[in-house]
Amino acid sequence: MTEEIYWMIAGMAIVTYTPRMLPLVLLNASRIHPRLQGILKNVPYAILGALIFPGVITIDPNHLSFGIIGALVAFIAAYLNWNVILVVLSSILALSLYSFIEK
Amino acid sequence: MLPLSAEIKGNLSFRTGVQAGISLAIGYMPIAFAYGLLSKTTGLTFWETVAMSAFVFAGASQYTALSMIAAGANLLEIVLTTFFMNIRHLLMSTSINEKVEPDKWWKKALYGFMITDESFSVAATREEKMLSTPFMFGLGVIGYGSWVVNSALGYLIGAGLPQTLQTGMAVALYAMFIGLLVPAAKKSRKVILLAGTAAILNSLFSLYEPLNAGWRIILSTLISAVLIEFISKGE
Repeated sequence: MTEEIYWMIAGMAIVTYTPRMLPLVLLNASRIHPRLQGILKNVPYAILGALIFPGVITIDPNHLSFGIIGALVAFIAAYLNWNVILVVLSSILALSLYSFIEK
Repeated sequence: MLPLSAEIKGNLSFRTGVQAGISLAIGYMPIAFAYGLLSKTTGLTFWETVAMSAFVFAGASQYTALSMIAAGANLLEIVLTTFFMNIRHLLMSTSINEKVEPDKWWKKALYGFMITDESFSVAATREEKMLSTPFMFGLGVIGYGSWVVNSALGYLIGAGLPQTLQTGMAVALYAMFIGLLVPAAKKSRKVILLAGTAAILNSLFSLYEPLNAGWRIILSTLISAVLIEFISKGE
């Protein structure tokens, strides 16, 4: 079993690393068509939307309120222009308190 | 044309990269910790657990691998699933390549290993026009360190953390994504459109079972980025 796990890890490492590395090594940013550059500049904001929803709602599939409260606290903190670290910490703290009171 | 001055490059140091990565290092803690614990209960040894974190460095697919091992899946199935889950990095790497300073291929290949959803989001939302190579290394290394160390701690200390704190920490990465998105959204209607469209699409796609999370994110991101680009053309 053990040896097979290391082969599995090696395989996973290769298929994960290749798409991370190839575009950085092969593409020349200045040679890309402006329209495509525009689309690539949109990617970060689009991907943030997709990473947040619907995932944040289902942090605890049994208590949807959980994710909603966490997201709301983070949103308010971020809206007040708090540093990202403070946004993360305040959201963790709020949810820890909430789960302490709930259970 | 301006020379490639320190001003344009933002002159970002390794240290600035490390500082920018603190939020994601915190965000990784609970997830890596839980992975370590889950790996132990799945029956992996300590070194197998640490090796997977050190060489693969991709949270969702490591969790998936563990549950597939538990379900008796074979090596090929697990590697193939990992590939499909992580092919989205192609999109991120292509996008961030527009923003990093030109440098030797092997340096870019090295920090390319540390591109994750989280480090990409932090780097791509920086206000500087160009990100330096040391910055990319600093950002990558602190996240990577946190991931590997906390995977090991999760295996060793296991269920020692109080349950309430563990539950609270599950929100950490989402809070970070929100913390990165909101300031940009306040300044630009386009950002709201981009994130909103992708969020709605991804939520709709999640109702369709056969599409795994990796493909859902790629599809909703691409459709949103292309659509909004063409709509906002006239602005």
